Amino acid sequence: MTATAMSARSDLTELGRSETALRAFLHGLPGVDQVGAEQRAAQLGTRSIKATAKAWAIDLAIRMVDLTTLEGADTPGKVRALAAKALRPDPADPSCPHVGAVCVYPSMVPYVAEVLRGPAGGAGPAGAAAAPAGAGVVHLASVATAFPSGQAPLEVKLADTRAAVAAGADEIDMVINRSAFLTGQYQEVYDEIVAVREASGPAHLKVILETGELSTYDNVRRASWLAMLAGADFIKTSTGKVPAAATPPVTLVMLEAVRDFRAATGRQVGVKPAGGIKTTKDAIRYLVLVNETVGADWLDPDWFRFGASSLLNDLLMQRTKLTTGDYAGPDHFTRD
Amino acid sequence: MSERVAVRKTYKLYIGGKFPRSESGRSYLVQSGENSTANVALASRKDARDAVVAARAAGSGWAGATAYNRGQILYRAAEMLEGRREQFVALGIPGDEVDAATDRWVWYAGWSDKLPQVRGGVNPVAGPYLNLSTPEPTGVVAVVAPAAPALLGLVSVIAPAIVSGNTVVVAASPTDPLAAVTLAEVLATADLPAGVVNILTGRLQETVPSLAGHRDVNALDLTGVADAELATSLEVKAAENLKRVLRPVPANHDWYADPGLARMTALLETKTVWHPKGG
Repeated sequence: MTATAMSARSDLTELGRSETALRAFLHGLPGVDQVGAEQRAAQLGTRSIKATAKAWAIDLAIRMVDLTTLEGADTPGKVRALAAKALRPDPADPSCPHVGAVCVYPSMVPYVAEVLRGPAGGAGPAGAAAAPAGAGVVHLASVATAFPSGQAPLEVKLADTRAAVAAGADEIDMVINRSAFLTGQYQEVYDEIVAVREASGPAHLKVILETGELSTYDNVRRASWLAMLAGADFIKTSTGKVPAAATPPVTLVMLEAVRDFRAATGRQVGVKPAGGIKTTKDAIRYLVLVNETVGADWLDPDWFRFGASSLLNDLLMQRTKLTTGDYAGPDHFTRD
Repeated sequence: MSERVAVRKTYKLYIGGKFPRSESGRSYLVQSGENSTANVALASRKDARDAVVAARAAGSGWAGATAYNRGQILYRAAEMLEGRREQFVALGIPGDEVDAATDRWVWYAGWSDKLPQVRGGVNPVAGPYLNLSTPEPTGVVAVVAPAAPALLGLVSVIAPAIVSGNTVVVAASPTDPLAAVTLAEVLATADLPAGVVNILTGRLQETVPSLAGHRDVNALDLTGVADAELATSLEVKAAENLKRVLRPVPANHDWYADPGLARMTALLETKTVWHPKGG
């Protein structure tokens, strides 16, 4: 590592100590060329991925899915069924990989843990024996910090986080304080992320920027850097609870941010677009975007995830189409 | 004054209420009227897939509409068909056939609110229950339209399928597709919800096998398949998910004769409800 990169790294860690320095840094980031970003994302979306490349992309996308259910109507039975599906998305085809993670509300974490990790004190997940060898584990993600609005006192957010981790979550999806961010109180946003980072202990921290509420790409870039500086392991686009969710240009801006952040600090941060990704075609467009923006280092479930619920069934239908030659129908897969 | 330049028409597919070109970008030449030719879209299996998606999406709304409403919309389609009589005649279809097709359409429109009474009703059961059977649509029906008569044959396979609430993907006759595309224009202006009828033009060997194998298609009408070997292979594919299958009709079939109820009733499922009787 060169001396300049070294000093850049130490400079960046100092930023969080003063509001002025943080603001100067975030506002000093180059502005995003809106038309250029949209055009670039649209152009990459026209790539045609076929045959073996498509089969590879579909399996990778399945491994990247954070199978999500975040409804008021979630019940233990529903999330158990979802967790079972996460382990074996297509029971008819043993070669089908498992998904990246299951993502639920904190109160539902124990029920998912039971299915994924086996009953407390038991050995391994219920489906472990049948799972493909060397496939790794299905992670258990929980949203926290007063998801989705984030409008709660800090103590409540931290208690929410600790409860989720204690219940067995190994990934925490937190929301940033958009109210503070939009009023320019970057220090407050930063301190909150740092506090949640500490409260989540060993768990991976995904920081949801809720880009649909940030208005501009410049804000997305600033929020991405702010989250990464504060210690995020992943930056995630959206909660899925506001109409404007993940879009390719927003994801492009975030991918550029993680690329530049790794160049500046040496630390790699993951990206998770969430909300509105429903079809295999959409998912493959995102994979092309990843490959062309940050390269193959991020083409891995450890560094790129899809927050989605209906996407998995479409991936499974396309997978079945490739193996059998006939178009599959939604009646032949479980409805979540 | 200079001579007016004729407006040349491009015949496209009809999918989800829109008139797109084939996804493959291909087209082919067919005879149009006495001595001119027309370019027609050559549909690919991806167009067939898109058409099934459109038909499935339209299904719940169309099946959920009241029978009376469906009848009114079909009757309106007959009105539009009547209004475009000259256009069909210009395509080389005899005036008598256009009239017969319009009458056929009206005849089927009238069945929309009568079919449930003929095919459903109260069943006598040994117990204190009211037991009712009602006909429900089968779902998405893939139809291979007969080659001749071009318009009457087409109307005779589409109308009986949609009158009960099914949605259809029609593979038009490869040699005579202009009547089908023109009929699509009639339907597009008849308040028929987008996706209830979808029309593909092109080679049957390309589109129909993928429809026959498609797991989200519920029934397959092979009326227009002349090649016995192709028909058999399509039936085999259809068996994969137990589609209802209507076999091809013989070449000498009389399309002008009274069609009877068979085509409508073949595409129905019966729902039976048990309701406890009050004291």
